[in-house]
Amino acid sequence: MKNIKNIFTALILTITLTACSSSDDTPEEIIDPVANLNLVDVIEDDLYQIEIYSATDQFYVGYNELTMRIKNKNSEDYVENASVNWTPVMHMTEMQHSCPKSQITETEISSVFKGFIVFQMPGNIEEYWSLKVDFEINGEAYSITQNINVVNNEDEYRVVNVFKGNDESKYVLAMVPSELNVSINDFGAVLYKMENMMTFSIVENYTIAIDPRMPGMDNHSSPNNENLTFNAKSKLYNGKLSLTMTGYWKVNLKVLNPNNEIIKGEEITDENKASSIYFDLSI
Amino acid sequence: MHKALYGLLASRKGALCSGIAVCLLFNFKLIAQQTEHKDTLILPINLEEVILISKNLKNNTLNYQSEVKPLSSLDEYLESAKKINMIKRGAYAWEPMLNGMSSERLAVTIDGMRIFGACTDKMDPVTSYVDVSNLSKIEIGSGQQGAVYGNTIGGGINLNLDKEGFKNQGWKGLFDSGFESNNNLYVLGGKASYSNNEFFINTDLVYRIADDYKAGDAEEIPFSQYEKYNLAINSGYKLNEQQQLSASFIYDEARDIGYPALPMDVSLARGIIGSLSFQQDLLFNRLSDWETKLYFNNIKHVMDDTQRPEVPIHMDMPGWSNTYGFYSSAGMGFDSHNFTFKVDGYYNKSLAEMTMYPNNPNEDTMFMLTWPDIRTLDIGIFVKDQIELEWSRLIVSTRIDIQNSNVKDEIGLNSLKIFYPEIEDSQARFLKSFSIQLHKALGNFHFSLGSSYGDRPPSVSEGYGFYLYNSFDNYDYVGNPELKNEKSTAFNGKIGFEKSSFKTHLEGNYFLIKDYIIGVPDTSLSPMTIGADGIKVYTSLESARITNLLLDASYEFNKVFKWSGLISYQRGVDQDNENLPLISPIQYRGQITFNQHKFSANVSCNGAVKQSHYNSLYGEDQTNAYTILSASVGKQFYIANDDFYVKAGVENIFDANYSTYTDWKNIPRMGRNFFLTLSYTIQ
Repeated sequence: MKNIKNIFTALILTITLTACSSSDDTPEEIIDPVANLNLVDVIEDDLYQIEIYSATDQFYVGYNELTMRIKNKNSEDYVENASVNWTPVMHMTEMQHSCPKSQITETEISSVFKGFIVFQMPGNIEEYWSLKVDFEINGEAYSITQNINVVNNEDEYRVVNVFKGNDESKYVLAMVPSELNVSINDFGAVLYKMENMMTFSIVENYTIAIDPRMPGMDNHSSPNNENLTFNAKSKLYNGKLSLTMTGYWKVNLKVLNPNNEIIKGEEITDENKASSIYFDLSI
Repeated sequence: MHKALYGLLASRKGALCSGIAVCLLFNFKLIAQQTEHKDTLILPINLEEVILISKNLKNNTLNYQSEVKPLSSLDEYLESAKKINMIKRGAYAWEPMLNGMSSERLAVTIDGMRIFGACTDKMDPVTSYVDVSNLSKIEIGSGQQGAVYGNTIGGGINLNLDKEGFKNQGWKGLFDSGFESNNNLYVLGGKASYSNNEFFINTDLVYRIADDYKAGDAEEIPFSQYEKYNLAINSGYKLNEQQQLSASFIYDEARDIGYPALPMDVSLARGIIGSLSFQQDLLFNRLSDWETKLYFNNIKHVMDDTQRPEVPIHMDMPGWSNTYGFYSSAGMGFDSHNFTFKVDGYYNKSLAEMTMYPNNPNEDTMFMLTWPDIRTLDIGIFVKDQIELEWSRLIVSTRIDIQNSNVKDEIGLNSLKIFYPEIEDSQARFLKSFSIQLHKALGNFHFSLGSSYGDRPPSVSEGYGFYLYNSFDNYDYVGNPELKNEKSTAFNGKIGFEKSSFKTHLEGNYFLIKDYIIGVPDTSLSPMTIGADGIKVYTSLESARITNLLLDASYEFNKVFKWSGLISYQRGVDQDNENLPLISPIQYRGQITFNQHKFSANVSCNGAVKQSHYNSLYGEDQTNAYTILSASVGKQFYIANDDFYVKAGVENIFDANYSTYTDWKNIPRMGRNFFLTLSYTIQ
């Protein structure tokens, strides 16, 4: 009995001390800016190496939030305070085009940059994506271009819609990935207008109406959804998506312009089970 | 249905007299020979209805003569009670209704223990987890007179376990077997008991198995089979002359239960029920009959649709309900007062889930919590005083409960927040009940008059249910945690007249229920169940009014022939005079019994007039009138020193194809059915 008591005391002391020592260390620890992210690709030339990180394991069709660091191959240091730009290009057999993308911004850590790219389609043997990264260090400009591999998600769920609207403009509408549960979820999307093959502009003040359905449950829907509206600050469309159970959901979409005119998408009725634009997901 | 006359039959045994005292079965035969008036010291007023069941191992005679069908199910026994109707979804696990109200408005207990079914679709009422062989009697308290068992609106039903007691009778045994032709029901049962002056143990084991039954005109009702076994053990030990310990245990398991009125069956319904109690004759020299009981029960219920040929989507729907509780009660008498005190409490955990398997194999399975792990803690105090005034008797009682319910599961809470974004995971409710009853005897007449108030919280389904499909009205139901307590103000009255061999009673009650909880369609919501018409959200109606009227009479022509009959009327409407669902049309029963020289015979009829008050909003349609005729004969023999008893009969003699207002989706009732029961008692 006494032994057990001693062991127990020792155990508690150990735990307490360990806990104390680790908390003492914390302030000195350097936070790894890419912890919990995966290195999905490295773009490099002789001088510089650009590490691209994502929460996913590779580039996927749809919205990709990416984190970047530029490493000087000689000094092994990460470049700070650079101005960075990027241009993804799809090389199709007949033509080339780009895709919606954000500006690249520096994070709190000056060697780490962030942005997102919305790939509309995967690459294949004949058609492929390339990513050109332009950056300027101390007034000197560099550019590296490399082919990248973009794949569809495993379930081939539709996470990006490319469509021609009733106004004859071409749009790209992509779901912003987020953690979705059986609950009322924050739900976001980005909407771009295709100005030309290489230029996509943010569409402001439209409404993206959502109507989540479970095709496997006779198009069961959920209550208390909120249509996505434009947030001028984040430039994203935000709303609420409620999911009443786990399983496969089809989020039917309608895009409306500021005059509430339908640009694309159809109402779900008993006859019309799905809209022509939608997002697929499974939770 | 003709078994429906047990209650009246039982009255011959002195069973229908008021109070519980009369149910001490010593001198049973003597009581049986007498009228109610003489065998009790209390006024013969039907305060509570009591159905006697005990196979009477207690004394050395069988008393099967008075039971139309000795091995009938508990459901059939309950249906024999005057005030109880049973909702049927198949041949098994009927749901009792008292005063036109069902499970959520009743307190149903087993030996005072709270138990809650684990099925979101009410396929396992509490009464389905015991067998008639476990019980000695059933006490029915109408309205707040049932509040001693727990907080209630419609009343309380307490199923008393059959305990041998300290009899010093050594070993005894009994074998029962029964057969019914309609659904090939086999019943096999055995009982064994041992008792001496300090110790007793009695145990019983029953097995029932039935095929699909046939309605009238040989219409087979598919998916109406069932199989059940039940083991019960009761034991007591006298610590000394003042104190005793007792324990009881029930294991009840039913498998492969068909529910022809529902889209799903049940592969397993299992109840494990246990208790330990301590009794002491006196406490603090003032309190008498002090009893303290600790109990638990564990219910598992698994719905199953794999036997059904066509389902839109296959789903698994298991549910669990575990309850831990206690009560402590004592009495105290002084001057003209007779107090009963009771403190009780329970903690219940109700969890149910649903997994659906999409027809498209590429889609993920769908999962939801239909009862999101609700933890309910309830502590209550009950006090009753029975005051013997010179000119009458006055009974006042009150019950106060504090109840807390907690949504334990995070996924479940988030699910509910889809409908109610503001809800908290926990909420407390304060519940109260008051009742006053006055009784007066005047010559051959006796009168009683009462008034009461009581409230109840929403049930787990009403408060927290998530897409619960109701096949009756074809709607999915969603609970509402923000529901107010349902409040009932009730009045009851009774006039009895008894003269020599003739007895008659007219009684009635009226419930005015504020914030009556019921599902109301919300057209803005989309149903979940494939093919459902929409969603109903549990909502508080402004008010509802339920009236019950009952007239019964009996006449003993002589020592051997007796007639009895009853007629009942029920009406239930909401604030707009719209009909409430499941309210009985006028019903009637009558029977003539013959008893002589260990031989008994019985002819009975029961029926109802065409239902004129129904409401299609709740999925109801009009139920036609019907009359059913049944008959039975029984004979007791002696073989050596042992009793041998044979009973045979036929129910629904003319093979009528009919359904009653309580038959879910008008599923027809059993057609002609022959039964045979054999019982053998070893002394």
